[in-house]
Amino acid sequence: MLIHCPFCGARPSEEFAVLGDAGPKRPEAPGDDTGSDPEAWYDYVYLRDNPRGVHREFWQHVGGCRAWLVVERDTATHEVRSVELARKATAGREAS
Amino acid sequence: MSGYRLDSGGRIDRSRRLDFTFDGEAFGGHPGDTLASALTANGVRLLGRSFKYHRPRGLLTDGPAEPNALVELRGGARLEPNSRATTVELYDGLEAWSQNAWPSRNFDVGAVNQLLSPFLPAGFYYKTFMWPAAFWERVYEPLIRRAAGLGRGTHAPDPDSYEKGNLHCDLLVVGAGPSGLIAALAAARAGLRVILADDQPEPGGQLLSRATPLGEEGPLTWRDRVLAELETAPNVRLLSRTTVFGWYDGNLFGALERVADHLPVPPEHLPRLIYWRIQAKRALLCAGAEERPLVFGGNDRPGVLLASAGQTLVNRYGVAPGRKVAVFTNGDSGYQVARDLQAAGVPLACVIDARAEGPADHGLDCRVRQQTVVADAKGGRSLKAIEIVDRGQGRRIPLECDTLLMSGGWNPILHLTCHRGTKPVWDEEIAAFLPADVGTGLRVAGAAAGHMTTAACFQSALAAVTEICEDLGRKAPEVALPACPEEPCAVAPLWWVKEAKGKAFVDFQNDVTTKDIPLAVAEGYSSVELMKRYTTLGMATDQGKLSNVNGLAILAEVTGRPIPQVGTTTYRPAYTPVPLGALAGPHVGAEYRPVRRSPLHRWMLRQGAEMIEAGAWMRPSHYPRGEEDWFAAMCREVRGVRSRVGLCDVSTLGKIDIQGADAAEFLNRVYCNGWKTLPVGKARYGLMLREDGFVMDDGTTSRLGEQHYLMTTTTANAGPVMAHLEFCLQSLWPDLDVQVASVTDQWGQVALAGPQARKVLQRILDDLDVSNDAFPFLAAAETTVLGGLPARLFRISFSGELAYEIAVPADYSEELADALLRYGADFGILPYGGEALSTLRIEKGHPAGGELDGRTTAQDLGLGKMLSGKKDYIGRAMSRREAFEAPDRPVLVGLKPLSRGAKLRAGAHLLTPGETPAVESDQGFVASVAYSPILESWIGLAFLKRGRERLGEEITIYDPLREGLYRGQICDPVFVDPDHERLHA
Repeated sequence: MLIHCPFCGARPSEEFAVLGDAGPKRPEAPGDDTGSDPEAWYDYVYLRDNPRGVHREFWQHVGGCRAWLVVERDTATHEVRSVELARKATAGREAS
Repeated sequence: MSGYRLDSGGRIDRSRRLDFTFDGEAFGGHPGDTLASALTANGVRLLGRSFKYHRPRGLLTDGPAEPNALVELRGGARLEPNSRATTVELYDGLEAWSQNAWPSRNFDVGAVNQLLSPFLPAGFYYKTFMWPAAFWERVYEPLIRRAAGLGRGTHAPDPDSYEKGNLHCDLLVVGAGPSGLIAALAAARAGLRVILADDQPEPGGQLLSRATPLGEEGPLTWRDRVLAELETAPNVRLLSRTTVFGWYDGNLFGALERVADHLPVPPEHLPRLIYWRIQAKRALLCAGAEERPLVFGGNDRPGVLLASAGQTLVNRYGVAPGRKVAVFTNGDSGYQVARDLQAAGVPLACVIDARAEGPADHGLDCRVRQQTVVADAKGGRSLKAIEIVDRGQGRRIPLECDTLLMSGGWNPILHLTCHRGTKPVWDEEIAAFLPADVGTGLRVAGAAAGHMTTAACFQSALAAVTEICEDLGRKAPEVALPACPEEPCAVAPLWWVKEAKGKAFVDFQNDVTTKDIPLAVAEGYSSVELMKRYTTLGMATDQGKLSNVNGLAILAEVTGRPIPQVGTTTYRPAYTPVPLGALAGPHVGAEYRPVRRSPLHRWMLRQGAEMIEAGAWMRPSHYPRGEEDWFAAMCREVRGVRSRVGLCDVSTLGKIDIQGADAAEFLNRVYCNGWKTLPVGKARYGLMLREDGFVMDDGTTSRLGEQHYLMTTTTANAGPVMAHLEFCLQSLWPDLDVQVASVTDQWGQVALAGPQARKVLQRILDDLDVSNDAFPFLAAAETTVLGGLPARLFRISFSGELAYEIAVPADYSEELADALLRYGADFGILPYGGEALSTLRIEKGHPAGGELDGRTTAQDLGLGKMLSGKKDYIGRAMSRREAFEAPDRPVLVGLKPLSRGAKLRAGAHLLTPGETPAVESDQGFVASVAYSPILESWIGLAFLKRGRERLGEEITIYDPLREGLYRGQICDPVFVDPDHERLHA
């Protein structure tokens, strides 16, 4: 299986490490204990989607440029649909 | 004695003789022979005994699907069981042994199973060996394994070497028969990068087994011309003796190249096998088709073989399969085989065609019977006669012959197309499964796609290459096709000759007969997957290559369902067995994985260190003197550090350089404690949590400049912490102006610990003032040592002593360590290893691996006060969960045995005295232990419920696997210097 790293080009998947579902967004956490929503934190830390089909996942090119990526992958066929830098993919996301 | 070498013909070198032995008996053959063809040429027919009934068995096929002719090849450490004689190329001095026969294949005691066969139906093992359960592992399994088996393996280390490699191409062509050759030629002319892989020693596929000309010339003349063009094309790579065994995600193919299996011993410079991973933009499967056996009584008698195998023997190896050969067919292809045998002068007895009508002009001199079937084959170790049934007249007729060739139709070899989960599709016309459309990555052409004439094969291959060229933006070239012969290929299914009286085998390798399938259905196993497992049809080395379609067709008939509804079992990789050595490649023994060595590795060896593996690292355990064991050496080293001074390699700790305007803010977010107030020139202990609130790692981080920090991690977590920081920076907070880089390998680092540490240190420093006031505990500085050598100095301590860590560029580590030994000599300096380091930190109550096991919280470790209340950080929200604050969570305490000499063991559980050991009464566990030469007692760090309220209490230590029950006393986890006077001295 090949993953097209935006920096390094097509590289074998063995060079990468997978972290899992890229969906959850880190909730807001103010420095004091006000406004921190425990339910949102449980969802962020423990709830992961595990679909059959297209899935967005965090991968890191550990054996290469070490960039964190968001890889869109079909879990049934392992077809990689798209790869983008996590830096770009997560920028400007609203926290849940 | 039936087969013999023909006077001429075949692709063998008759000018050279190769000597070989089978079961110790000497024979001769020629280069170009397989073990199977050479044995047949020598009249050897009985090749082994069957799996369950120990029936005599001979050759059945001419290729990798062979279920009967399995031999043990070579010997000693190179012993290779279950080698298919049909794929073993003959070499001089080859030694082979038959399998599953004792004392010999001619007289096999196990053959008594044939008499017992009424008691050995499908599922016999499941029904018989059920009681008592205690016998399963110790009695039944060894018994069954000895009685019913394939070859024996060897336990000796493999003397051969293996390689792994990656290949890339535009088009991978699997199979170099007529379809594969023409496809590779067209693709080569289109300018594609082509790999043509074929499992035989020479390309040609079916052309090697046929005599019929292509156009005006012999089939191999055409092949040679194509090959000449392919061999000189710079964009084509030919892989012979290479089986493409699996199709994987992303159009990756696994292939096994047998580099040296045709030689007695691999030459010194060559591996035995290469495991290739072929990344192909497109692939074309041209694997051909496999002939099906016919199912009738005694169809396993030695001398009954596939028609295609007989044809290959005659045309490729110049061997007559027998002296009086009958052919039993349900289609037109059997006639061509008979014609080839007739042309080679092999005496034919009869052609028996199950169909009412065969081809009109068959060109055969022997008798041809229509609407006739073979009901039973007679003979023991060799076929003697057959009984045929003329279905038109309803007569049973005996017929003498010593060989019977059977042709039951053709199964496309489509296994690769199923490896990613697609099922094949039933086709009525050829009465076989065709590959399903599996997308543009892997197309199928030729006989593998169900095309049964050479002309159709050529056309399908060119059509596929045209599509592939379109996919890849190339223009498909013109390729001239040779004129192909007329090849009638009609077939009428014949699944099961019901007139049979004797055992009719569906699966030869597993001894599954026509009686077993109805039995499986009657007992409820009517799904094809269940029937397979109950009867074992389609298992073992041939994986049902021959038996699968016959078996499920019979299952369809028995259950009254159409074949497509019955479906097939799942074809998984590998197509043929792959030796584990090839998959491991060179990664065995010391090369199993890379070894990490400290820059002080050689220095430590010179000091006499005993090295041990710690993850990927080699680290010193202890530095024995004289006859000291590890325990004595550890005690001496600990006393040396506590009373004088010692030095220890700490280069393996993770070192991460952190720079940028937001570096302090970044540290604030990844550590649970605060970093905004740390001044330049200071170090601080940091505790890092996971987002779920548990402790991930700890270490010190020093501020080297306004925007420059150096973080240290534990050795084990260096990689994960680095990846975590990168994740935080790139995914969570991409707006932070921070860069991180691992500098673990760039710096060699030494800890200098003990009351005399400062005095030794002063002697190597160029000009830094390290008096207690100028350089107090947790000071950090960039400086120079030994006359200008750049160094980093940190006053931090793992042992609890007055201690420093000194880092220099990795290449200068040995100079630093030598200088410390030299200048420390008159203070009694000594190097200490991991055992002493561990004792020192346990004496001081510092948590390490045993305590930071991913299940402990800051509160558990007594570090709850470090959790900042003024900021957000990774793990903050979850570390405030109710359960984390629960009063009965086990927390870190110290532990001593009540009787001084008693040994503590990590992993033991703690109980309130008087309580019965049970999960409910469990009070905690022992995490780390050491013998403290300072306290002259074993000590331990443990986690205990309400531990901090129980200091001084007695506790029961429960260790049922080792010492049983004994008593201990709870104490503060800091055993040595609880007021930290030494640290600040």
